[in-house]
Amino acid sequence: MKPVPMEYGLLLAVVLFALGFVGVLVRRNIIFVLASIEVMLNAAGLAFLAAGWRWARADGQIMFIFILAMAAAEVAVGLAIALKCRQRFNTLDLDEISKLKD
Amino acid sequence: MTILFFVAAAVAVIGTVGLITRANAMHALLYLVVSLLASAVVFYTLGAPLAAALEVIIYAGAIMVLFLFALMLLGAGGRQTAQERAWMRARSWIVPGILVAILLAELVYMLAGGHLGGAAGTPSATNGIDVKDVGRSLFGPYLLGVELASLLLLAGLVAAHRLTREDSEDSNGPPNERDTDGPVEPAKGVEPRVPTKPVNQAGRR
Repeated sequence: MKPVPMEYGLLLAVVLFALGFVGVLVRRNIIFVLASIEVMLNAAGLAFLAAGWRWARADGQIMFIFILAMAAAEVAVGLAIALKCRQRFNTLDLDEISKLKD
Repeated sequence: MTILFFVAAAVAVIGTVGLITRANAMHALLYLVVSLLASAVVFYTLGAPLAAALEVIIYAGAIMVLFLFALMLLGAGGRQTAQERAWMRARSWIVPGILVAILLAELVYMLAGGHLGGAAGTPSATNGIDVKDVGRSLFGPYLLGVELASLLLLAGLVAAHRLTREDSEDSNGPPNERDTDGPVEPAKGVEPRVPTKPVNQAGRR
C-alpha cells in the first residue's frame, strides 16, 4: 500500500482554505463566518499534518493539537460574541453591526 | 490508500461547498459535520491516527455541539414548529446522508482489508506516526506550548463567561426574547422585584 504523497494533502489544504475564505467573505451571518473560520483552521492543521507525514515526524500532529486548542477557545469566544450581538442589536447580520465603518 | 484519500477529499470539499451555500444554518452545520468527518479520514490516510480521533472527538463532537447550542439560543421562538417540520423532509438530509455513507464504506473497507494495523503489515507502516512519539515530544520539547495552550483555554473560558453575563449595562439595550424567559440581573443597589429572582439566577449560572 503506497503512502499518500504530501503534495495531495497540501493541495486539499489549499482548496479547503480557499473555500473557507470564500465563506468568510461571502456569508454575512456570524454563525456562517465562524464555521468558515473553523474550516480554514482545519485546513491549516491539514497542511501541518501533511508536512509531518512527509518527514515522518510527530511535530505536525503536535501543531495540529495546538491548532485544535486554539480553535476551541476561538469558537467559544466567537459564539459568546454572537449571543451578545443578538442580545444587544437583535440581529446576526455582520453588515448591520459594523459600527466602526461610520 | 491514495484512492481512500481522494474519495475522502472529495467528500470534504463537497461538504465545505454545502456549508457555504446553504441558507439554513442547521443544514449548513450538517454539511460542516460531514466535512470534518471526511477530514478525519484524510488525516488517517496521511498517517495521523491521533489527529483523526481528535478531529472526530473535538471538532465534530464538542465544537459542533457548541454551535448547535448557540443556534438553539439564537433561534427564533415562534417559527420552530414549522422549521422542525421542514427538517423532517428528506431533501435536507439526503445529500449529507449519502456523503456519510461513502465515509462509512471507506471505514468498512479499511476494517475488512486489515488496513487499520494489527495483522497486516507492520504498525509503523500502516498506522503512520506513532502516538507514543507524539506524546513524548508534546510533553518534552513542546511543554511550554502545552502550558500556553492551557493559558489560552483559560482565557477563552473567562472571556466567554464575561461576555455572556447579563450585567446591568445591558438594561438599556433593545428588548429581546431572552429577557422574557428569565430575569435579568438587576443593577447595583436595585432591590429584586420578585423574591424568586436570586434562586433563578443561581440556577442559570
